[in-house]
Amino acid sequence: MTEAAVCPVHHERDHPLHPPTGFAEAVSGGPVKMVWPNGVEAWVVSSYAGVRQVLSDPRFSTRKGGQPEMRTDEGEAVLDPDQPGNINGIDGAEHMRLRRPLSRGFMVKRMNELRPRIQQIVDEHLDAMEAKGAPADLVSSLCLPLPSLVIAELLGVPPEHQELFQATAGDLFGKNGSKDEYLAHATKLAEVLTPIVAEKKAAGTTDDMIGLMANDTDFSMDELIFLCIGLLAAGHETTSNFLGLFTLHLFEKPDQLEVLRRDPGRADVVVEELMRYTVGQLGGPGLTRRATEDVEVDGVLIKAGDWVSVSLMANLDEALCPRAEELDLERDAVSHLGFGFGPHQCLGANLARAELQIGLRTLFERFPNLRPAVPVTEMRYRNDMITYGAAEIPVVW
Amino acid sequence: MRQNATVRIDQARCIGSGQCVLAAPDVFDQSDDDGLGLVLIAEPPAELLPAVRDAVDRCPAQVVTLEE
Repeated sequence: MTEAAVCPVHHERDHPLHPPTGFAEAVSGGPVKMVWPNGVEAWVVSSYAGVRQVLSDPRFSTRKGGQPEMRTDEGEAVLDPDQPGNINGIDGAEHMRLRRPLSRGFMVKRMNELRPRIQQIVDEHLDAMEAKGAPADLVSSLCLPLPSLVIAELLGVPPEHQELFQATAGDLFGKNGSKDEYLAHATKLAEVLTPIVAEKKAAGTTDDMIGLMANDTDFSMDELIFLCIGLLAAGHETTSNFLGLFTLHLFEKPDQLEVLRRDPGRADVVVEELMRYTVGQLGGPGLTRRATEDVEVDGVLIKAGDWVSVSLMANLDEALCPRAEELDLERDAVSHLGFGFGPHQCLGANLARAELQIGLRTLFERFPNLRPAVPVTEMRYRNDMITYGAAEIPVVW
Repeated sequence: MRQNATVRIDQARCIGSGQCVLAAPDVFDQSDDDGLGLVLIAEPPAELLPAVRDAVDRCPAQVVTLEE
Protein backbone atom coordinates (compact mmCIF):
# COMPACT_ATOMS: atom_id res chain seq x y z
CA MET A 1 0.00 0.00 0.00
CA THR A 2 1.49 3.34 -1.06
CA GLU A 3 1.06 6.62 0.78
CA ALA A 4 -1.81 8.59 -0.80
CA ALA A 5 -0.98 11.95 -2.34
CA VAL A 6 -3.05 14.91 -1.15
CA CYS A 7 -4.43 16.90 -4.11
CA PRO A 8 -6.48 20.06 -3.88
CA VAL A 9 -10.15 19.90 -4.85
CA HIS A 10 -11.08 22.24 -7.67
CA HIS A 11 -13.96 22.53 -10.06
CA GLU A 12 -12.35 24.11 -13.13
CA ARG A 13 -13.24 22.31 -16.33
CA ASP A 14 -11.61 22.41 -19.79
CA HIS A 15 -15.03 21.52 -21.18
CA PRO A 16 -18.19 22.48 -19.29
CA LEU A 17 -19.79 19.04 -19.71
CA HIS A 18 -16.79 16.97 -18.66
CA PRO A 19 -14.99 16.33 -15.34
CA PRO A 20 -12.81 18.94 -13.65
CA THR A 21 -9.42 19.08 -15.33
CA GLY A 22 -7.05 16.40 -14.08
CA PHE A 23 -9.61 14.91 -11.70
CA ALA A 24 -9.80 11.48 -13.34
CA GLU A 25 -6.00 11.17 -13.27
CA ALA A 26 -5.87 12.34 -9.64
CA VAL A 27 -8.35 9.75 -8.36
CA SER A 28 -7.49 6.77 -10.57
CA GLY A 29 -6.14 3.67 -8.88
CA GLY A 30 -8.13 3.79 -5.69
CA PRO A 31 -9.03 5.99 -2.77
CA VAL A 32 -6.82 9.11 -2.67
CA LYS A 33 -6.80 11.87 -0.09
CA MET A 34 -7.80 15.33 -1.32
CA VAL A 35 -7.98 18.64 0.51
CA TRP A 36 -10.92 21.06 0.26
CA PRO A 37 -10.45 24.85 0.12
CA ASN A 38 -11.59 25.07 3.77
CA GLY A 39 -8.85 22.65 4.80
CA VAL A 40 -11.01 19.54 5.27
CA GLU A 41 -9.19 16.41 4.06
CA ALA A 42 -11.19 13.47 2.74
CA TRP A 43 -10.55 10.24 0.90
CA VAL A 44 -12.10 10.28 -2.56
CA VAL A 45 -13.50 6.92 -3.68
CA SER A 46 -14.33 6.63 -7.38
CA SER A 47 -14.70 2.95 -8.27
CA TYR A 48 -18.18 1.50 -8.86
CA ALA A 49 -17.81 -1.15 -6.13
CA GLY A 50 -16.14 1.28 -3.71
CA VAL A 51 -18.87 3.92 -4.07
CA ARG A 52 -21.61 1.33 -3.53
CA GLN A 53 -19.77 0.11 -0.45
CA VAL A 54 -19.29 3.55 1.12
CA LEU A 55 -22.88 4.62 0.48
CA SER A 56 -24.44 1.43 1.85
CA ASP A 57 -22.14 0.28 4.68
CA PRO A 58 -23.54 1.52 8.04
CA ARG A 59 -19.97 2.01 9.30
CA PHE A 60 -19.87 5.14 7.13
CA SER A 61 -21.99 7.72 8.92
CA THR A 62 -23.78 10.60 7.26
CA ARG A 63 -24.40 12.21 10.64
CA LYS A 64 -20.69 12.86 10.87
CA GLY A 65 -20.34 13.49 7.14
CA GLY A 66 -22.02 16.24 5.14
CA GLN A 67 -20.57 18.12 2.19
CA PRO A 68 -17.14 19.57 3.01
CA GLU A 69 -18.23 22.70 1.13
CA MET A 70 -21.10 23.03 3.55
CA ARG A 71 -18.71 23.54 6.45
CA THR A 72 -17.42 26.79 7.85
CA ASP A 73 -13.69 27.49 7.96
CA GLU A 74 -13.76 26.14 11.52
CA GLY A 75 -15.08 22.83 10.20
CA GLU A 76 -18.52 23.37 11.73
CA ALA A 77 -21.39 21.94 9.67
CA VAL A 78 -23.60 24.64 8.15
CA LEU A 79 -26.49 22.24 8.52
CA ASP A 80 -26.70 21.16 12.16
CA PRO A 81 -27.06 17.34 12.41
CA ASP A 82 -29.29 17.94 15.43
CA GLN A 83 -31.66 20.13 13.42
CA PRO A 84 -35.00 18.27 13.64
CA GLY A 85 -35.96 16.91 10.21
CA ASN A 86 -32.40 16.98 8.78
CA ILE A 87 -32.97 13.70 6.97
CA ASN A 88 -29.61 13.73 5.16
CA GLY A 89 -27.71 14.13 8.41
CA ILE A 90 -28.92 11.10 10.35
CA ASP A 91 -28.33 7.34 10.19
CA GLY A 92 -30.02 4.04 10.96
CA ALA A 93 -33.38 3.78 12.73
CA GLU A 94 -33.54 7.55 13.28
CA HIS A 95 -33.27 8.06 9.51
CA MET A 96 -35.79 5.30 8.69
CA ARG A 97 -38.39 6.94 10.92
CA LEU A 98 -38.32 10.03 8.68
CA ARG A 99 -37.56 8.36 5.38
CA ARG A 100 -40.33 5.79 5.22
CA PRO A 101 -43.37 8.06 5.39
CA LEU A 102 -41.73 10.25 2.73
CA SER A 103 -41.02 7.26 0.49
CA ARG A 104 -44.73 6.53 0.49
CA GLY A 105 -45.36 9.99 -0.96
CA PHE A 106 -42.88 9.31 -3.81
CA MET A 107 -44.04 5.76 -4.64
CA VAL A 108 -43.66 4.67 -8.26
CA LYS A 109 -47.42 4.41 -8.79
CA ARG A 110 -48.02 7.82 -7.19
CA MET A 111 -45.46 9.35 -9.54
CA ASN A 112 -47.12 7.62 -12.50
CA GLU A 113 -50.43 9.21 -11.50
CA LEU A 114 -48.70 12.60 -11.72
CA ARG A 115 -47.58 12.07 -15.33
CA PRO A 116 -50.58 13.71 -17.03
CA ARG A 117 -50.13 16.83 -14.89
CA ILE A 118 -46.37 16.89 -15.61
CA GLN A 119 -47.16 16.60 -19.34
CA GLN A 120 -49.60 19.50 -19.05
CA ILE A 121 -47.01 21.73 -17.33
CA VAL A 122 -44.39 20.83 -19.97
CA ASP A 123 -46.86 21.56 -22.82
CA GLU A 124 -47.88 24.92 -21.36
CA HIS A 125 -44.28 26.04 -20.95
CA LEU A 126 -43.28 24.92 -24.45
CA ASP A 127 -46.38 26.70 -25.86
CA ALA A 128 -45.22 29.89 -24.17
CA MET A 129 -41.66 29.42 -25.45
CA GLU A 130 -42.90 28.95 -29.01
CA ALA A 131 -45.22 31.95 -28.78
CA LYS A 132 -42.37 34.23 -27.65
CA GLY A 133 -40.24 32.96 -30.52
CA ALA A 134 -36.61 32.01 -31.02
CA PRO A 135 -34.08 32.50 -29.61
CA ALA A 136 -35.28 31.38 -26.19
CA ASP A 137 -33.55 30.43 -22.95
CA LEU A 138 -34.42 26.81 -22.26
CA VAL A 139 -33.45 27.07 -18.57
CA SER A 140 -35.97 29.79 -17.68
CA SER A 141 -38.55 28.57 -20.23
CA LEU A 142 -38.74 24.95 -19.05
CA CYS A 143 -35.90 23.51 -16.92
CA LEU A 144 -36.36 25.73 -13.86
CA PRO A 145 -40.14 26.12 -13.65
CA LEU A 146 -41.04 22.46 -14.29
CA PRO A 147 -39.59 20.79 -11.16
CA SER A 148 -40.45 23.74 -8.92
CA LEU A 149 -44.09 23.75 -9.96
CA VAL A 150 -44.39 19.99 -9.66
CA ILE A 151 -42.82 19.75 -6.19
CA ALA A 152 -44.88 22.69 -4.91
CA GLU A 153 -48.08 21.02 -6.14
CA LEU A 154 -47.05 17.64 -4.80
CA LEU A 155 -46.37 19.15 -1.39
CA GLY A 156 -49.56 21.22 -1.53
CA VAL A 157 -48.00 24.70 -1.39
CA PRO A 158 -50.64 27.27 -2.45
CA PRO A 159 -49.78 28.90 -5.83
CA GLU A 160 -49.42 32.40 -4.34
CA HIS A 161 -46.31 31.27 -2.42
CA GLN A 162 -44.65 29.34 -5.21
CA GLU A 163 -42.58 32.22 -6.57
CA LEU A 164 -41.09 32.96 -3.16
CA PHE A 165 -40.21 29.30 -2.71
CA GLN A 166 -38.51 29.17 -6.08
CA ALA A 167 -36.36 32.22 -5.29
CA THR A 168 -35.44 31.20 -1.74
CA ALA A 169 -34.83 27.53 -2.51
CA GLY A 170 -32.20 28.66 -5.03
CA ASP A 171 -30.44 30.72 -2.35
CA LEU A 172 -30.34 27.73 0.01
CA PHE A 173 -28.18 25.79 -2.40
CA GLY A 174 -25.41 28.37 -2.74
CA LYS A 175 -22.12 26.90 -1.51
CA ASN A 176 -20.33 30.12 -0.71
CA GLY A 177 -22.86 31.37 1.81
CA SER A 178 -22.15 31.67 5.52
CA LYS A 179 -24.03 29.74 8.17
CA ASP A 180 -25.95 32.93 9.06
CA GLU A 181 -27.05 33.45 5.46
CA TYR A 182 -28.19 29.87 5.22
CA LEU A 183 -30.19 30.17 8.43
CA ALA A 184 -31.75 33.45 7.25
CA HIS A 185 -33.05 31.78 4.06
CA ALA A 186 -34.32 28.77 5.99
CA THR A 187 -36.07 31.03 8.52
CA LYS A 188 -37.79 32.93 5.71
CA LEU A 189 -39.15 29.70 4.25
CA ALA A 190 -40.17 28.44 7.71
CA GLU A 191 -42.21 31.61 8.31
CA VAL A 192 -44.28 30.98 5.19
CA LEU A 193 -44.54 27.23 5.71
CA THR A 194 -45.62 27.26 9.36
CA PRO A 195 -49.18 28.55 8.79
CA ILE A 196 -49.60 26.27 5.73
CA VAL A 197 -48.61 23.19 7.73
CA ALA A 198 -50.74 24.28 10.73
CA GLU A 199 -53.76 24.75 8.48
CA LYS A 200 -53.42 21.28 6.93
CA LYS A 201 -52.94 19.79 10.38
CA ALA A 202 -56.11 21.45 11.61
CA ALA A 203 -58.08 20.33 8.55
CA GLY A 204 -56.76 16.77 8.80
CA THR A 205 -56.16 16.55 5.02
CA THR A 206 -53.92 13.80 3.61
CA ASP A 207 -54.37 14.49 -0.10
CA ASP A 208 -50.97 16.12 -0.58
CA MET A 209 -47.49 15.55 0.82
CA ILE A 210 -47.66 18.18 3.56
CA GLY A 211 -51.07 16.86 4.65
CA LEU A 212 -49.78 13.30 4.62
CA MET A 213 -46.75 14.22 6.74
CA ALA A 214 -48.77 16.43 9.08
CA ASN A 215 -51.60 14.00 9.74
CA ASP A 216 -50.31 10.52 9.16
CA THR A 217 -46.91 10.46 10.88
CA ASP A 218 -45.42 11.13 14.32
CA PHE A 219 -43.34 14.05 12.97
CA SER A 220 -43.02 17.12 15.20
CA MET A 221 -43.85 20.58 13.86
CA ASP A 222 -40.11 21.43 13.67
CA GLU A 223 -39.43 18.25 11.72
CA LEU A 224 -42.34 18.92 9.37
CA ILE A 225 -41.18 22.44 8.54
CA PHE A 226 -37.60 21.42 7.93
CA LEU A 227 -38.57 18.41 5.82
CA CYS A 228 -40.76 20.67 3.66
CA ILE A 229 -37.83 23.07 3.19
CA GLY A 230 -35.58 20.15 2.24
CA LEU A 231 -38.07 18.78 -0.28
CA LEU A 232 -38.67 22.18 -1.87
CA ALA A 233 -34.96 22.87 -2.14
CA ALA A 234 -34.13 19.41 -3.51
CA GLY A 235 -36.98 19.55 -6.01
CA HIS A 236 -35.84 22.91 -7.25
CA GLU A 237 -32.24 22.74 -8.43
CA THR A 238 -31.34 19.19 -9.24
CA THR A 239 -33.85 18.09 -11.87
CA SER A 240 -33.69 21.44 -13.66
CA ASN A 241 -29.92 21.18 -13.96
CA PHE A 242 -30.15 17.67 -15.34
CA LEU A 243 -32.83 18.49 -17.90
CA GLY A 244 -30.48 21.21 -19.17
CA LEU A 245 -27.34 19.07 -19.08
CA PHE A 246 -29.08 16.16 -20.85
CA THR A 247 -30.13 18.51 -23.65
CA LEU A 248 -26.59 19.89 -23.95
CA HIS A 249 -25.05 16.42 -24.15
CA LEU A 250 -27.54 15.56 -26.91
CA PHE A 251 -26.62 18.78 -28.78
CA GLU A 252 -22.98 17.68 -28.60
CA LYS A 253 -23.79 14.15 -29.84
CA PRO A 254 -26.21 14.38 -32.78
CA ASP A 255 -26.01 10.63 -33.46
CA GLN A 256 -27.33 9.97 -29.95
CA LEU A 257 -30.05 12.60 -30.29
CA GLU A 258 -31.10 10.71 -33.40
CA VAL A 259 -31.70 7.58 -31.27
CA LEU A 260 -34.20 9.50 -29.12
CA ARG A 261 -35.82 11.13 -32.17
CA ARG A 262 -36.22 7.77 -33.88
CA ASP A 263 -37.87 6.13 -30.89
CA PRO A 264 -39.29 8.61 -28.36
CA GLY A 265 -41.04 5.66 -26.68
CA ARG A 266 -37.62 4.68 -25.30
CA ALA A 267 -37.49 7.86 -23.21
CA ASP A 268 -37.38 5.84 -19.97
CA VAL A 269 -34.25 3.89 -20.94
CA VAL A 270 -32.72 6.98 -22.58
CA VAL A 271 -33.08 8.95 -19.34
CA GLU A 272 -31.33 6.20 -17.34
CA GLU A 273 -28.36 6.24 -19.72
CA LEU A 274 -28.23 10.04 -19.79
CA MET A 275 -28.36 10.07 -15.99
CA ARG A 276 -25.51 7.55 -15.76
CA TYR A 277 -23.36 9.38 -18.26
CA THR A 278 -24.11 12.97 -17.19
CA VAL A 279 -23.52 12.31 -13.49
CA GLY A 280 -20.34 10.41 -14.36
CA GLN A 281 -19.12 13.30 -16.52
CA LEU A 282 -19.77 15.84 -13.76
CA GLY A 283 -16.95 14.07 -11.92
CA GLY A 284 -15.49 15.72 -8.88
CA PRO A 285 -15.98 14.63 -5.29
CA GLY A 286 -19.50 14.50 -3.92
CA LEU A 287 -21.54 12.93 -1.13
CA THR A 288 -19.45 12.64 2.00
CA ARG A 289 -19.49 10.21 4.91
CA ARG A 290 -17.29 9.66 7.96
CA ALA A 291 -15.94 6.28 8.99
CA THR A 292 -17.04 5.25 12.48
CA GLU A 293 -14.68 2.23 12.44
CA ASP A 294 -11.60 1.19 10.45
CA VAL A 295 -12.88 -0.09 7.07
CA GLU A 296 -11.02 -1.29 3.99
CA VAL A 297 -12.24 0.16 0.69
CA ASP A 298 -10.65 -0.87 -2.60
CA GLY A 299 -7.63 -2.20 -0.74
CA VAL A 300 -7.01 0.98 1.28
CA LEU A 301 -7.52 1.13 5.04
CA ILE A 302 -9.83 4.01 5.94
CA LYS A 303 -9.39 4.81 9.63
CA ALA A 304 -12.19 5.54 12.07
CA GLY A 305 -12.84 9.30 11.99
CA ASP A 306 -11.62 9.76 8.39
CA TRP A 307 -13.83 11.55 5.90
CA VAL A 308 -14.75 9.78 2.68
CA SER A 309 -16.20 11.53 -0.33
CA VAL A 310 -17.55 9.46 -3.20
CA SER A 311 -17.11 10.55 -6.80
CA LEU A 312 -20.01 9.53 -9.00
CA MET A 313 -17.47 9.37 -11.80
CA ALA A 314 -17.88 5.72 -10.76
CA ASN A 315 -20.69 5.73 -13.35
CA LEU A 316 -17.90 5.65 -15.97
CA ASP A 317 -16.26 2.56 -14.41
CA GLU A 318 -16.00 -0.40 -16.82
CA ALA A 319 -17.09 -2.61 -13.89
CA LEU A 320 -20.58 -1.13 -14.38
CA CYS A 321 -20.90 -1.60 -18.15
CA PRO A 322 -18.71 -1.97 -21.25
CA ARG A 323 -17.57 1.27 -22.94
CA ALA A 324 -18.70 3.07 -19.80
CA GLU A 325 -17.06 6.35 -20.90
CA GLU A 326 -19.39 6.53 -23.90
CA LEU A 327 -22.98 7.74 -24.03
CA ASP A 328 -24.92 4.95 -25.71
CA LEU A 329 -28.67 5.51 -25.77
CA GLU A 330 -29.19 2.10 -27.33
CA ARG A 331 -27.93 0.23 -24.29
CA ASP A 332 -30.35 -1.21 -21.73
CA ALA A 333 -30.63 0.56 -18.39
CA VAL A 334 -27.81 -0.40 -16.03
CA SER A 335 -27.58 -0.17 -12.26
CA HIS A 336 -26.00 3.30 -12.24
CA LEU A 337 -25.30 5.57 -9.28
CA GLY A 338 -26.83 8.73 -10.75
CA PHE A 339 -29.31 8.96 -7.88
CA GLY A 340 -26.76 7.77 -5.32
CA PHE A 341 -27.02 4.44 -3.50
CA GLY A 342 -27.76 3.12 -0.02
CA PRO A 343 -30.46 4.21 2.42
CA HIS A 344 -30.04 7.89 1.48
CA GLN A 345 -30.54 7.34 -2.25
CA CYS A 346 -32.42 10.27 -3.82
CA LEU A 347 -35.92 10.28 -2.35
CA GLY A 348 -37.33 12.04 -5.40
CA ALA A 349 -35.68 9.75 -7.98
CA ASN A 350 -38.97 8.45 -9.36
CA LEU A 351 -40.37 11.97 -9.64
CA ALA A 352 -37.20 13.16 -11.35
CA ARG A 353 -37.41 10.25 -13.79
CA ALA A 354 -40.99 11.15 -14.75
CA GLU A 355 -40.12 14.83 -15.23
CA LEU A 356 -36.97 14.12 -17.24
CA GLN A 357 -38.65 11.51 -19.44
CA ILE A 358 -41.64 13.69 -20.25
CA GLY A 359 -39.62 16.92 -20.50
CA LEU A 360 -36.94 15.56 -22.82
CA ARG A 361 -39.26 13.56 -25.04
CA THR A 362 -41.73 16.40 -25.50
CA LEU A 363 -38.99 18.98 -26.10
CA PHE A 364 -37.56 17.13 -29.11
CA GLU A 365 -40.93 15.94 -30.43
CA ARG A 366 -42.25 19.47 -30.34
CA PHE A 367 -39.08 21.10 -31.71
CA PRO A 368 -37.38 18.50 -33.93
CA ASN A 369 -34.88 21.12 -35.14
CA LEU A 370 -34.01 22.42 -31.69
CA ARG A 371 -30.37 23.46 -31.57
CA PRO A 372 -28.07 25.68 -29.50
CA ALA A 373 -28.00 29.37 -30.49
CA VAL A 374 -24.37 29.63 -29.32
CA PRO A 375 -21.75 26.89 -28.95
CA VAL A 376 -22.26 24.74 -25.84
CA THR A 377 -18.74 25.64 -24.65
CA GLU A 378 -19.61 29.35 -24.74
CA MET A 379 -22.71 29.13 -22.55
CA ARG A 380 -22.66 30.32 -18.95
CA TYR A 381 -22.47 27.60 -16.25
CA ARG A 382 -23.19 27.88 -12.55
CA ASN A 383 -20.37 26.75 -10.33
CA ASP A 384 -21.47 28.66 -7.23
CA MET A 385 -24.02 26.06 -6.23
CA ILE A 386 -23.81 22.62 -4.64
CA THR A 387 -25.28 21.30 -7.87
CA TYR A 388 -23.80 22.17 -11.28
CA GLY A 389 -25.61 23.20 -14.41
CA ALA A 390 -26.03 25.71 -17.23
CA ALA A 391 -27.21 29.14 -16.14
CA GLU A 392 -28.72 29.75 -19.58
CA ILE A 393 -29.25 27.59 -22.65
CA PRO A 394 -30.02 29.83 -25.64
CA VAL A 395 -31.83 27.77 -28.27
CA VAL A 396 -33.35 28.20 -31.73
CA TRP A 397 -35.62 25.83 -33.71
CA MET B 1 -33.91 -25.78 -10.13
CA ARG B 2 -35.00 -22.59 -11.82
CA GLN B 3 -38.72 -23.03 -11.25
CA ASN B 4 -38.12 -23.01 -7.50
CA ALA B 5 -36.32 -19.67 -7.37
CA THR B 6 -37.63 -17.67 -4.40
CA VAL B 7 -37.78 -13.87 -4.06
CA ARG B 8 -37.80 -12.11 -0.70
CA ILE B 9 -37.72 -8.54 0.58
CA ASP B 10 -36.37 -7.81 4.05
CA GLN B 11 -39.03 -5.28 4.99
CA ALA B 12 -37.25 -4.34 8.22
CA ARG B 13 -34.53 -2.62 6.15
CA CYS B 14 -36.57 -1.62 3.06
CA ILE B 15 -36.62 2.15 2.42
CA GLY B 16 -39.47 2.08 -0.11
CA SER B 17 -37.41 3.44 -3.02
CA GLY B 18 -39.45 1.44 -5.54
CA GLN B 19 -36.40 0.41 -7.61
CA CYS B 20 -37.62 -3.20 -7.60
CA VAL B 21 -40.95 -2.07 -9.09
CA LEU B 22 -39.11 -0.27 -11.89
CA ALA B 23 -36.89 -3.29 -12.56
CA ALA B 24 -39.57 -6.00 -12.41
CA PRO B 25 -43.10 -4.55 -12.29
CA ASP B 26 -44.69 -7.99 -12.64
CA VAL B 27 -42.94 -9.31 -9.56
CA PHE B 28 -42.92 -6.33 -7.17
CA ASP B 29 -45.27 -3.61 -5.95
CA GLN B 30 -45.24 -1.02 -3.17
CA SER B 31 -47.67 -1.14 -0.27
CA ASP B 32 -50.30 1.62 -0.27
CA ASP B 33 -50.01 1.74 3.52
CA ASP B 34 -46.32 2.41 3.91
CA GLY B 35 -44.69 2.42 0.45
CA LEU B 36 -42.50 -0.58 1.31
CA GLY B 37 -41.70 -3.20 -1.32
CA LEU B 38 -44.05 -6.15 -1.75
CA VAL B 39 -43.38 -9.43 -3.53
CA LEU B 40 -46.29 -10.27 -5.86
CA ILE B 41 -44.83 -13.50 -7.23
CA ALA B 42 -42.66 -15.27 -4.65
CA GLU B 43 -41.59 -17.98 -7.11
CA PRO B 44 -41.32 -16.19 -10.45
CA PRO B 45 -41.12 -18.15 -13.70
CA ALA B 46 -37.75 -18.37 -15.46
CA GLU B 47 -38.56 -15.62 -17.98
CA LEU B 48 -38.95 -13.07 -15.16
CA LEU B 49 -35.68 -13.95 -13.43
CA PRO B 50 -33.41 -11.54 -15.37
CA ALA B 51 -35.62 -8.63 -14.26
CA VAL B 52 -35.59 -9.92 -10.66
CA ARG B 53 -31.78 -10.13 -10.73
CA ASP B 54 -31.78 -6.54 -11.93
CA ALA B 55 -34.01 -5.62 -8.97
CA VAL B 56 -31.59 -7.34 -6.58
CA ASP B 57 -28.72 -5.33 -8.07
CA ARG B 58 -30.53 -1.99 -8.14
CA CYS B 59 -32.06 -2.06 -4.67
CA PRO B 60 -30.29 0.81 -2.84
CA ALA B 61 -30.96 -0.78 0.56
CA GLN B 62 -29.86 -4.21 -0.73
CA VAL B 63 -32.87 -5.96 0.78
CA VAL B 64 -34.13 -7.90 -2.25
CA THR B 65 -32.83 -11.48 -2.46
CA LEU B 66 -33.27 -14.23 -5.01
CA GLU B 67 -32.52 -17.79 -4.00
CA GLU B 68 -31.99 -19.89 -7.11
